[in-house]
Amino acid sequence: MTTQIAPAAPDLEVQAPRRPARKKRDGRAAAFYLLPAGILLAALMAYPLFQLVQISLYDYNQPQASGAEPLEFIGVDNYIELFGDPQFWSVLVSTILFAAVCVVGSLLVGTGLAVLATRVRAVPRMLLFLAALGAWATPAMAGSYVWLFLFDANFGVVNEVLGMQGHSWTFERFSAFGLVAGEVIWCSFPFVMVTMYAGIKNISSEIIEAAQLDGATWRRTATQVILPILKPLLVIATIQSIIWDFKLFTQIYVMTNGGGVAGRNLVLNVYTYQKAFAGEEYGLGAAIGVVMTVLLMLITVVYLRTQRRSGWQP
Amino acid sequence: MATVSVPLRKKRRSPGRLVAEIVCCVIAAMVAFPLYWMVLSAFKPAGEIQSATPWTFAPSLESFERVLGSNGFGRYFLNSTIVAICVVALSMLLSFLSAVALTRFRFKGRTVLLVMLLVAQMVPVEALTIPLFFMVQQVGTSAPAFGLNQLAPLVLVNLAFSLPFAIWMLRGFVAAVPAELEEAAALDGASRMRFTWQVLFPLVAPGLVATSVLAFIHAWNDFLFAQTLIFSDVDNRVLPQAMRVFYKPEELDWGGIMAGATLMTIPVLIFFIFVQRHLASGISGAVKG
Repeated sequence: MTTQIAPAAPDLEVQAPRRPARKKRDGRAAAFYLLPAGILLAALMAYPLFQLVQISLYDYNQPQASGAEPLEFIGVDNYIELFGDPQFWSVLVSTILFAAVCVVGSLLVGTGLAVLATRVRAVPRMLLFLAALGAWATPAMAGSYVWLFLFDANFGVVNEVLGMQGHSWTFERFSAFGLVAGEVIWCSFPFVMVTMYAGIKNISSEIIEAAQLDGATWRRTATQVILPILKPLLVIATIQSIIWDFKLFTQIYVMTNGGGVAGRNLVLNVYTYQKAFAGEEYGLGAAIGVVMTVLLMLITVVYLRTQRRSGWQP
Repeated sequence: MATVSVPLRKKRRSPGRLVAEIVCCVIAAMVAFPLYWMVLSAFKPAGEIQSATPWTFAPSLESFERVLGSNGFGRYFLNSTIVAICVVALSMLLSFLSAVALTRFRFKGRTVLLVMLLVAQMVPVEALTIPLFFMVQQVGTSAPAFGLNQLAPLVLVNLAFSLPFAIWMLRGFVAAVPAELEEAAALDGASRMRFTWQVLFPLVAPGLVATSVLAFIHAWNDFLFAQTLIFSDVDNRVLPQAMRVFYKPEELDWGGIMAGATLMTIPVLIFFIFVQRHLASGISGAVKG
């Protein structure tokens, strides 16, 4: 969960001195500087991505992986099997719904608290930011277990306070998803809050005063002055959250113990892992991975489009 | 920190603000509660773990002793630290070089590279576990140190996947160094190399620290790749995997699990507090432009 606000910084090298031979010399130097990162990304991201597509086109199970049986090219058979499997569709739908809940939740909570933080004095604000920093810093694995403990059927403080001893929050499909979503929102809203708070603080007070001198109510100031200024930031925070929540693995895997009872809490990432490494159906697992990549790439396109429309250039 | 209270309708102290402040404090307490409960439960003596009493008069270290003394927790902690430190150091170096090339050099294909960097962040790297598993297995047959159940591939994988974002974020910091400085250095006869390391590097250092914390968290948190690549060698496991060892549905040792979670959170928290000022200035500085 991270930010992409850097591009807004001014591109200073436009004013850099330009000499005729510069571009060529720059090209050589740039290649030298970019080489280490380039090699690493080509070897560990681009090439495996290519291989992922390749594996998804083969009948690739444990016998083939150990070399006991020859590989057989089966074209799109893995995809046909996948799309004919009702479980895949239900996992796909729950992935999208679950990610949507997490994204909307962390955006609402994060933005709401950012606005709240601008309206209070330094001490309460500091307390809020410290608490948020703690939630942000908590590793997914630790956070998952803490939330499991808070909501534990017999020893959890939540059941104790509510007088519901013995009620399992992780057994039912919706309450299990809800619990995981709670943990995810808890540790991902701080990013939205810090980003939006910085954005609001950077709006010059003159703009707001001018709007108010013109007789705008504060509701109009908020929706027609502040919101448009914050919109690019909001887009970035939204897309980052989508990408992040779509790819969750640890929280679901740990809190629902590998995808819930009878796999009813699976999301695509965990599903891929279970198919490939527990079920040893690598070809099928790779096909799920490809579907996931394509879905996220679609989101990327939307992202780049929105960014360009709001006048941003890389 | 100066406040810009957004709606400036009332500048004086108002009952509205008092309510907002109380709400703010209550929410802060709610957000902090899971962490408080984690630390509290880690310090509670065995008999009190199940009680909902929000304090303890007999704090004990027995949970920590149990965790540190059993199942090689210390060993896993060390492994995670090694991986994270390697990732941070390499990520700082590689992302600095790349960010300099992408912001201060003009060359053909620069925009294409930038877009590719953005796309790289969207790749669901979790889906790459399958090809990477076979790749590492294959590499291991000729170079055992980079094979399965070793820490080195884990470092490389975490490094590669945290790089695109690190470069992207660092770009803003490198671009913020005025071009006049570069011209002045060139007039003084400093080579490009000297300018990069003796002028640019110290100026960008706060940005490097801010980006490095994200690489650190990435490596420290990773569970999926550790679980995939280090699946059978017990000695080379890392911290997130160690947490799983304590979680046995039959005999839940919540005290131990909370102590482990606390130990796992502390390094990140320290790192975070250490760099939070730079992180905030990085974010707000980039927003201003």
